[in-house]
Amino acid sequence: MSNATSAGDYRATKSYLHHEPHSIRAWLLTTDHKRIAWLFIASITFFFVIGGLAATLIRLELITPVGDLLTAEGYNRTFSLHGIVMVWFFLVPAIPATLGNFLLPIMIGARDLAFPRLNLLSWYVYILGALFTVFAVVAGGVDTGWTFYTPLSSMFANGNVVAAIIGVFVVGFSSILTGINFIATVHTMRAPGLTWFRLPLFVWAIYATALIMVLATPVLAITLLMVALERLFQIGIFNPALGGDPLLFQHLFWFYSHPAVYIMILPGMGVVSEIITCFARKRIFGYRFMAYSLLAIAFIGFLVWGHHMFVSGQTTYASLAFGLLSFLVAIPSAVKVFNWTATLYKGRIHFDGAMLYALGFVALFTIGGLTGLFLASVALDVQVHDTYFVVAHFHYIMVGGMVMAYLGGLHFWWPKISGRLFSEFWAKVSAITIFVGFNLTFFPQFIMGYLGMPRRYHTYTPEFTSYHVISSLGALLLAAGYLLPLLNLGWSMFWGKRSGSNPWHATGLEWQAHSPPPPLNFESVPEVTEPPYNYDARDPFDGSRPQ
Amino acid sequence: MKEAQNAVRMQFEALDQQKQADTLGMWIFLATEVLFFGGMFMAYAAYRWFNPDVFVLASKELNLLAGSINTAVLLSSSLTMALADHFIHAGNKTNAQRLLTLTISLGLVFLLIKGYEYHEEYSHGLIPFINDQFQWEHGQADRAELFFNLYFLMTGMHALHLFLGCCLLTVMLFINRGRRTLFRPQMRIKLSALYWHFVDVVWVFLFPLFYLAR
Ligand SMILES: [Cu+2]
Repeated sequence: MSNATSAGDYRATKSYLHHEPHSIRAWLLTTDHKRIAWLFIASITFFFVIGGLAATLIRLELITPVGDLLTAEGYNRTFSLHGIVMVWFFLVPAIPATLGNFLLPIMIGARDLAFPRLNLLSWYVYILGALFTVFAVVAGGVDTGWTFYTPLSSMFANGNVVAAIIGVFVVGFSSILTGINFIATVHTMRAPGLTWFRLPLFVWAIYATALIMVLATPVLAITLLMVALERLFQIGIFNPALGGDPLLFQHLFWFYSHPAVYIMILPGMGVVSEIITCFARKRIFGYRFMAYSLLAIAFIGFLVWGHHMFVSGQTTYASLAFGLLSFLVAIPSAVKVFNWTATLYKGRIHFDGAMLYALGFVALFTIGGLTGLFLASVALDVQVHDTYFVVAHFHYIMVGGMVMAYLGGLHFWWPKISGRLFSEFWAKVSAITIFVGFNLTFFPQFIMGYLGMPRRYHTYTPEFTSYHVISSLGALLLAAGYLLPLLNLGWSMFWGKRSGSNPWHATGLEWQAHSPPPPLNFESVPEVTEPPYNYDARDPFDGSRPQ
Repeated sequence: MKEAQNAVRMQFEALDQQKQADTLGMWIFLATEVLFFGGMFMAYAAYRWFNPDVFVLASKELNLLAGSINTAVLLSSSLTMALADHFIHAGNKTNAQRLLTLTISLGLVFLLIKGYEYHEEYSHGLIPFINDQFQWEHGQADRAELFFNLYFLMTGMHALHLFLGCCLLTVMLFINRGRRTLFRPQMRIKLSALYWHFVDVVWVFLFPLFYLAR
């Protein structure tokens, strides 16, 4: 293939959205990273709705202290469905497989990922895993929670545990393939002049995420495989009655699942770094520290899994060590929060919709991160373990953090992805609604958790009623907030104004490509001559949009 | 050099870049495989630590001779694989194809011997999840079952990987046939060889852990 098409051809080339062929078949067999990103956007949105419906059921049930909507068993199956779907079919692929897929090659000036067919395969693997999970749900669901703890999952649970496990096992390979692809791409396909320390922080974040994906996910795969074999053939590895040890399951499971939390938050940090620096019209504060802190979080994340097992019979010394190591994660995390704040300092801040999402992320992530420190202290964790305090903590990170960042990123790059502008007004309304709704839903959960409301119960003593009612009302607002971007962005896809290639006057290679980009992204390989985020507060951007 | 130019896929600028990406991709894949097996090795380590005596007794039930022969077979297959890689890069495709065939055959010999061992263990009543009655007279039968479950799980997973390796090399054998070009076969065989050696190395750890624990 020839490398450079002439400028005239480039302008005449249709965008990746309109380029022939655009039959359904062509979309399903595409190897274009931008179209594959769309396949993922559609799939994860579907599962977000499924997981969201399950969450709605949970919140409805909890309005009253007695179990009136669901049976105890039905409630168990509902929150298990919510957890499994939201973690593996929405949050883990959320930013990497959509925005990461779309932007990574463009941001480094490449025509595609290193292995485009592998990229398509990762979507099919995702769908295969999804089919198993949907089957498990339709056939009656599972009641193990998303954690599949043994011996509950291997000996006692009713329901389709094996099908659900196969679903998660398979979808894990989708993130492994994505991870391999991203790492190889970042290492070998950067444009001339694009050194490691000129990379946008989003690329750093996706790179750190990919490292976790390839190093942690295989451990989940083999662990779940052993649980399935245990259930089918009683191989005894996690069964105390057969000489095995359930604690081993927890060690292996959390060796994956703690780093997996960083699969769900690092990409969000990358997104937010891009948005804040753009709408503050200022270079990011402490660029190198931001890059190193991403790697540090990814690395330390592998050493802290034991903080999930303080009350599982782990020795006190191990718990102390894991608690201490968990505290260490706070250092690079705090570096990030301080640097985002310092970036805002003396910036010319524009409160666009995307920026509101990013600022919301910083606030919610800070609360989620600080309460994580409470939970890493052994003495306090013994008190609040398995209460709503924990539930609130990880929802602040995974929903408050990640979903906020995902939606912020989707708004920020929407003009690039679709070539259209959305309604700024409704974007702001949605960001504020989600922020308020989220806090209403989850802040009361900190309080009731601290007061002793255990998680995973569908009935409770009446003293918690008011907290649960506030939480459920907040969830209603949150649901409405999530609907708005769907309508706003969906509307703009067809009727929005054309955006031009760089509506926010942002730096970064992706803004040099057309909106939406042609199949090969650039007319010729771009050359990078300056560090990232070369923003200047005196530049002409005054928040006005073209036309 | 025209042939090499044609071998550059659309997304790459140059052949070197493509080679680097392909090789790096394979290495990362192998890293994921290490962690996949790592979970099982972790389980082995834990139970070996908790039950040292039973594991030694159970190890004595395995066929050391067959295991040793298999180790020799698999190490030889790595040699023939490395030689195939050498010859294809030296431009001698005929020899490379021959050595590939030999490598596949050695892989199959390994699987046959492994199958024979499994059969032997079955007839001794040592397969906990197939035999109706697990045959064990030295006490702590549940711990011995654990040893054999781990043995079948880990060697079985290894055999599965080896089988996939044989399939992979067979595909290489056929798609490289009749083609005049050399570049693509060179890269493919280099990457296949990396995978093959990895599977071999896994066995190098499995053999002492199970057979030599006596
Ligand atoms: Cu954790």
